[in-house]
Amino acid sequence: MAFIRVSSPHLHRPLSTHQVMRYVILATLPGLAALTWIFGWGSLINVILASAFGLVFEALVLMARKRNPVPALKDNSALLTCVLLGLALPPLAPFWLVLTGSFVAIVIAKQLYGGLGNNPFNPAMVAYALLLISFPVEMTQWVMPAEMLNGNTVSLSASLQAVFTGHQQVADAFTMATPLDGFKHKGELMADEYWRLDAFAAEKVWGGWAFASVGFMVGGLFLLWKKIFTWHIPVAMLGSLTLLSAMFYGSDPSNYASPMVHLFSGATMLGAFFIATDPVTAATSNKGKLWFGAGIGVLIYVIRTWGNYPDAVAFSVLLMNFAAPFIDYYTQPRSFGHKKARKGIKHDA
Amino acid sequence: MKSYQEISLDGLWHNNPALVQLLGLCPLLAVTGSVVNALGLGIASILVLVGSNLSVSLIRNYVPEQVRLPAFVMIIASFVTCTELLMQAFTYELYQILGIFIPLIVTNCVILGRADAFASKNPVLPSVVDGLMMGLGFTVVLVLLGAMRELIGQGTLFENMQLLFGPMAENWKIVVFDDYSFLFAILPPGAFVGMGLLIAVKNIVDKQLKDRAEKHKDDQPKEKVDRRVRVTG
Repeated sequence: MAFIRVSSPHLHRPLSTHQVMRYVILATLPGLAALTWIFGWGSLINVILASAFGLVFEALVLMARKRNPVPALKDNSALLTCVLLGLALPPLAPFWLVLTGSFVAIVIAKQLYGGLGNNPFNPAMVAYALLLISFPVEMTQWVMPAEMLNGNTVSLSASLQAVFTGHQQVADAFTMATPLDGFKHKGELMADEYWRLDAFAAEKVWGGWAFASVGFMVGGLFLLWKKIFTWHIPVAMLGSLTLLSAMFYGSDPSNYASPMVHLFSGATMLGAFFIATDPVTAATSNKGKLWFGAGIGVLIYVIRTWGNYPDAVAFSVLLMNFAAPFIDYYTQPRSFGHKKARKGIKHDA
Repeated sequence: MKSYQEISLDGLWHNNPALVQLLGLCPLLAVTGSVVNALGLGIASILVLVGSNLSVSLIRNYVPEQVRLPAFVMIIASFVTCTELLMQAFTYELYQILGIFIPLIVTNCVILGRADAFASKNPVLPSVVDGLMMGLGFTVVLVLLGAMRELIGQGTLFENMQLLFGPMAENWKIVVFDDYSFLFAILPPGAFVGMGLLIAVKNIVDKQLKDRAEKHKDDQPKEKVDRRVRVTG
């Protein structure tokens, strides 16, 4: 009978905020690399620009609030918000789009609500939703994947030119609708006709998206392994999305997209692992997280299929952020020694 | 009773219907997409407010307490109908743009609120002044919000003012940013954000006024020095 001897101390320190944020930023790297590999320099430029703008705005607004900007800048939270925003924005987005997005995310959605920990809505998604409803043209054009441009992505100089100067001329040549957008507007075509038609090149494009999604999934699984967040939100969100899409796909495969398309295109993976899991704006208890994630999955499917927008991660996350306090209220865990968790307003309690 | 100065200050600043009482938010947020819409609705609201306050004050001693609200609503509805017909006659295009929000002035809480809280308890002249000042306070906020949203949303100011002021206003339009559009400001969420910013500005100004007043108080020499009076034996 051999006991393993581990010398004291046995306690270990929880991760500090800036460590958590650093892990999450590191975990976006596979996804960012995949996006850059497939779609060219656009996403990388977005991320760098958004981070630079975001940090400047964070420092300025903290000084305006008469706080010391150094600790807030060091905790990497503004950086993470802007990295996520940069990943969500379409590559080759004009620089003013990124500038506006960083301003909205940091100044309005985060600091005006009281800074880190006090924002009821996910700042990156507030910015994304605002840009999407304000600039629908710029926000719905996505760069073609490398395969469609004879294996070469848009060169760095052309990308920079597109971002900083005549956006439309350069960008129009290289952009097209996303697979989800195309599928939504396929009109009378049957689903398999849509996927096969050369005009859309839908399968090739979707291949690129799926590759990037896998990148984000790998990063997300790394965070799960590191116990940065629990499995509840991603599993509930992907589960409800899979279930709903499988139900409709099973009943009418010619008009509804398959679960695979829903899971591996658009921002599903980015949303499931990096955005919905934001501890500030999500529900708190494990049961609550399940409801929260499931709600996002259902909303994504409903908006993608019957709504006006091709992708819906931002709207779904924001809508469930609204609901998070309500979910928390009804899913308070039972404290040890108490008979039953309190639910709702009870006058005798 | 309050002096006219107090009534005016209350309506325009201290008890501003839009910024402090937060009444009539529905039209406030819905129609302030441009200056002309805001001004049109503001003027219509002033007309109704003054008219209803005047009439309610006139009948205040004859209407029993129990049925006062139905009576007030009838009066307000008549004035809104008058205003609606006037707008149809003189500013038909603006009437079409504002659409349902003209008849909806009936449900604007500012109007019933002032009728019940002020006009039904005060003589005619103060009631009219109260209605006018509350209406002006409401209109100023409407126009400010309209100007903000028009400027940020489409880069212009005073577009289409001829709908309200006739042909002479046709060249009042100022183009601040050319070929520019920021849809968010024109859409409803922009109205909420703009409104929040206006309330924040008012709170800052109030705080500074208060700080200055307190500073002033310290500057004055204290004539009376409070002394503890011994009350126990």
